[in-house]
Formats: sequence, C-alpha cells, structure tokens
Amino acid sequence: MALLEVRNLKVRFRTGDGDVYAVNDLSLTLEQGKTLGIVGESGSGKSQLVLAIMNLLAANGSLEGSIRFREQELVGLPSAAMNRIRGSRIAMIFQDPMTCLNSYLTIERQMTEVLQHHRGMDRGGARREAIRMLEAVHIPDAARRIERYPHEFSGGMRQRVMIAMALLCRPDLLIADEPTTALDVTVQAQIVRLLNELQQEFGMSILMITHDLGVIAGISDQVMVLYGGRICELAPVDTLFHRPRHPYTRGLLNSVPRLDRDSSERLQAIPGNPPNLLQLPPGCAFADRCSERLEQCATDQPGLVEAEPGHRVACHLEPGP
Amino acid sequence: MLGYTLKRLLGAIPTLLILLTLAFFMMRLAPGGPFDTEKSLPPEIQANLDRKYHLDEPLLQQYGRYLWDLLHGDFGPSFQYKDYSVNELIATGFPVSMRLGVAAILIALVIGVTLGTLAALRQNRATDYTVMTLAMTGISIPNFVLAPILILVFAVHLGWLPAGGWNDGQWRNLLLPIVGLALPQIAYIARLMRGSMIEVLHSNAIRTARAKGLPERVVILRHALKPALLPVISFLGPATAAVITGSVVIEQIFGIPGLGRYFVQGALNRDYTLVMGVVVFYGTLIILFNFIVDLLYAALDPRVRYR
Repeated sequence: MALLEVRNLKVRFRTGDGDVYAVNDLSLTLEQGKTLGIVGESGSGKSQLVLAIMNLLAANGSLEGSIRFREQELVGLPSAAMNRIRGSRIAMIFQDPMTCLNSYLTIERQMTEVLQHHRGMDRGGARREAIRMLEAVHIPDAARRIERYPHEFSGGMRQRVMIAMALLCRPDLLIADEPTTALDVTVQAQIVRLLNELQQEFGMSILMITHDLGVIAGISDQVMVLYGGRICELAPVDTLFHRPRHPYTRGLLNSVPRLDRDSSERLQAIPGNPPNLLQLPPGCAFADRCSERLEQCATDQPGLVEAEPGHRVACHLEPGP
Repeated sequence: MLGYTLKRLLGAIPTLLILLTLAFFMMRLAPGGPFDTEKSLPPEIQANLDRKYHLDEPLLQQYGRYLWDLLHGDFGPSFQYKDYSVNELIATGFPVSMRLGVAAILIALVIGVTLGTLAALRQNRATDYTVMTLAMTGISIPNFVLAPILILVFAVHLGWLPAGGWNDGQWRNLLLPIVGLALPQIAYIARLMRGSMIEVLHSNAIRTARAKGLPERVVILRHALKPALLPVISFLGPATAAVITGSVVIEQIFGIPGLGRYFVQGALNRDYTLVMGVVVFYGTLIILFNFIVDLLYAALDPRVRYR
C-alpha cells in the first residue's frame, strides 16, 4: 500500500483573465519512507500540486481528481477532519523561513500549540518535547532559545525551527516546498544533510520541491520533472541524471554549471519562456522551446510511457509501448 | 526604556511651545476682547480691568508673563468665570470629558475591531458589504449632524433617553453623547481592521498556521489578531484626540459641562486664558496618547521591543 496516491489531479484558478490550469491530469505514488523530488521552473505547477495535497489552495482555486493518503480520500474531506491530518500526519515546510514563522509569537508558543492541539499534551510536556525536537535539528542551547522570537534567529536557524516544528508529531509525510531556496549555499547543504538524517531517524516520506538539481540529487529516491503542470519525466534519481530522455530534462541538466567540464564551454540555456498557463497548447507544452520538435508535437499531447522499467517519459520521440 | 521615555518627553517641549505660541497670538488677532459687552464700558473701568489682567502691557510682555506663569503650573484666572482660575475649570471639566472620551473609544475599539474582523473573514460577501457600507456612512456624517438625529429619534420620538444634560453623570444621560462620539470611530476602526486583517490572512505566517492543522478560531485569534491590530493601535492616538476634541461639539449639543463646552464658551467670549489653558491641556493630552500608543506598539510587536 502506497502512503500517498494522487490520481488525475487537476488544479485550476479562476482569474480575471480567464482560468489558469496550474496542474493538469497529474498522477503520482509515494511509498512509505521514500523521497520524491519534484523539479520544475517557476510556474510549472509544483507548488500548487503540494498546496492542493495540503488543501491550502488560494480561495479562487479548485481541484479535481483523487488524493489518497493512507487509503483515505483527502479531496472533499471536511475541514475539521483535514485539520487532524495537517500538521500531524502530513507536515509542510515552506520556501521563505523569514516570513513563514509568526513574528509575534515565541518559538515556544508556535511549537507547543502543535502538540497541544494534535496530541492533547499540557504546556510543560509540550515544551520539553519541543526542546528535544530543536535539539534534533541541531539548534544549540535550545532550552534557552525556545523562548526567543523568530527575528532573533538567522535564516538557516529559522528553517531548522520550521523543520523541527513540522516534525513534532512525527508525520508520515513531510512536504518541503523549496526549503533551501532562500538560504545561502553552505546553509543549503546543511539543511539537505539534516533532512536526510531526520528521515533516517523518523522514517517519514518526503515530497521535496525544488528548482535546484543539486538539492534533488542529494536527497531523492525518485525524481519527477514537471512542465506546464504535467509530468514530462519520472525516474529513479541516478537514471534521471545519467540517462535523461526528455529534451526538457536534458536542457535542465545542461544548464547546470559543472566543474568537470571545460570552462570555455558555454552553459546552455533553454531558449524561450515557460508556457502561459492561461492558454496551454493542444500538444506538448514544451514544443515551442524544443530543439527536437516533431510535427505532431504541436497538436498531440504525448502520453506518459514507460521507456525502461521505472522510467516514464512523456515525449513523442519515445518509441512507445 | 527610561532613557527613551525621557527623550520622548523632552521632544514634546518644542511641539507644545509652538502650539501655545500660535494659539496665543491667533487669539489676540481675533477682533474684540474679553470685556466687550453690548453697552461699552466707561473708559476708566476698562483701563482698570486691563491693568488688573495686564492687558495694558505690550503683547510680547504678556506672552512672556504667560509662559512664566505656565512654567509654574498656573494657567491664570478666567476672564469670564470671574471667581475661578483656569486650573479649577479644567479640574472640574476634564473628568467629565475624560469619562465620555474613554467610554467612547473603548466601545469603538471593541465594536470596530469585531466588525472589521468579521468583514475580513467574509470578504466580498454580504456581511462584508453591509459592514463597509455602514462604515462609509458613519465616516461621512459629521457629528453635528449625527447628534441632532440621535436626539430626534431616541429622545423626541421614542422618548427613551433624555435629550441632554449631565444629571450627575447618570448612564441615561451619557448614552447618547457616547454613541455620538463613538460611531464615527467605530466606522474608521472597522475599515482599518478589515484591510489589515485581509492582508495578514494572506501572509505566509498564516499559511504556516493553517498547515499546522490549527482550527480557524486559533488561527484568527492567536496568529492573525495581533499583527492585524497594529494599524488600529497606531490610529488610537489620533482617535483619542479626535474623541476629546470631537467632544467640543458633542458636549455643546448635549449640554454637558465638560472641557469642550468651556472651550467653545471661552473662544466665543474671548476668554484668553481659558482658551489657552484648554489648548495647552489638549495638546499635552494628544502628545501623551501618542506616546502611550508607541509603548503599546512595543508591547505587541517583539521586533520593535528589542531595538
């Protein structure tokens, strides 16, 4: 039994300019204890996908399809029932630790309220547990610093606090939405290492969203590449990095600077812009920017086919099943 | 903290000095004097009166004398209320005005914050539109129009409440003036609160609170209320000032023996010292309320506190 099963998820936003289709017919499966990395550029629908799983879409957003978590359907779940899962069985950390913590409450209050609400613990017990968790994410002098406010912590430390807060109830699934993007590089590496370490310790599954391929390589079992709200490639992490099949994935990998290449070689950027989600083309969303475009790419939507065991690609260049 | 308080108090001195200088000379520029009556006084009596109150001295000398007395906490004798000093008049009038003002501002705060929050939570729905329409109406109607309407409806037609008078501060006499003072403030606070609450509800910190699975009640009361209150708190300083100066009109209409009524009577009768006394007193009060607001701000926002 899979921990999380998303089937044919569609996320749509009503705006003044028309409907925006952020996630289109997307399915994914995540097993207990595994990490799925989701890569894509801005506007690829990666954040909206996880916000949909958390039922935290903006007021003008709506979703179709099925999201099953431990065999329980989350789509259409009443908010009281969803609140029992959120923060307890599924926890989430966000991109910007500077603004995601509440500046007006102490770290202690923001942590203990989770345990009081989900576990019915008293304030003292919750405080002891919160200090233990802060120590687990390597915050020095946790017993004293728990009484501080978020602005008294550095960016990296705040993200550690966010992680500790998310893990308080030992969730089955941790959703991390670009947790390292707002941090500088050395701190990024520390956070990735920390997440790996905590996953070993607590055994949770992780859904990791990022546009940083280095972060994905460091943490994922499987990687999903999103483009225009659709999956274009899904593969085990080593396979994806060594044998990328989709032209978009290859473009992404080529645009990463590498030390083992000749420095006179220019970095290759993918030409053009991400698709307009207001008017997605009938065919492949990447067709306009693709150097290997076929005639049918503009008109036919390529299906997701298994190119080799465990490696699925949505591209007309693939021979098909 | 102590240093900050001292610095703020010292900073208030130039403000007050400018205020009282302007008030002093504007008052003297106005035509007429405190002893003008229908029938003009014999010149000898006029001269005697002028000498007694030092009105025969050059203006600058009078100004210097006033400052000197003020420095000793003496607002001088009232010209109109012959047997009273301005200090005594303020001491009798201020508690009355304060009672009205404080009651009005507290009511406005509670109702305004509640209405604004409700409107924000039901953004662009019927509740929101109703509250905002009422608020707009409340802001547009000046209190010299509102007060007579209140009297007409509740005193004249329905006969529930007295049309005016103090009556030793019975609540039946206080109700209409307090409502008259509070309504426009309720409207302002509700609009302010709605705007800031909507902004806070869209913030990342609130998304985190929701992601933690907290019930909506906790998200609003514990996580959103404090930051959303900040603009309202900074509005409270000027609002309290507005309620006290607004009571000038309300006290006059309802015949309440507060400071505001003395102020109007004093201005009409060219009671120089009384007007000056009330101006300086109001000025000090406004500065004081703004200072209290800053302290409240620091109490609410930890980032301000530690700087």
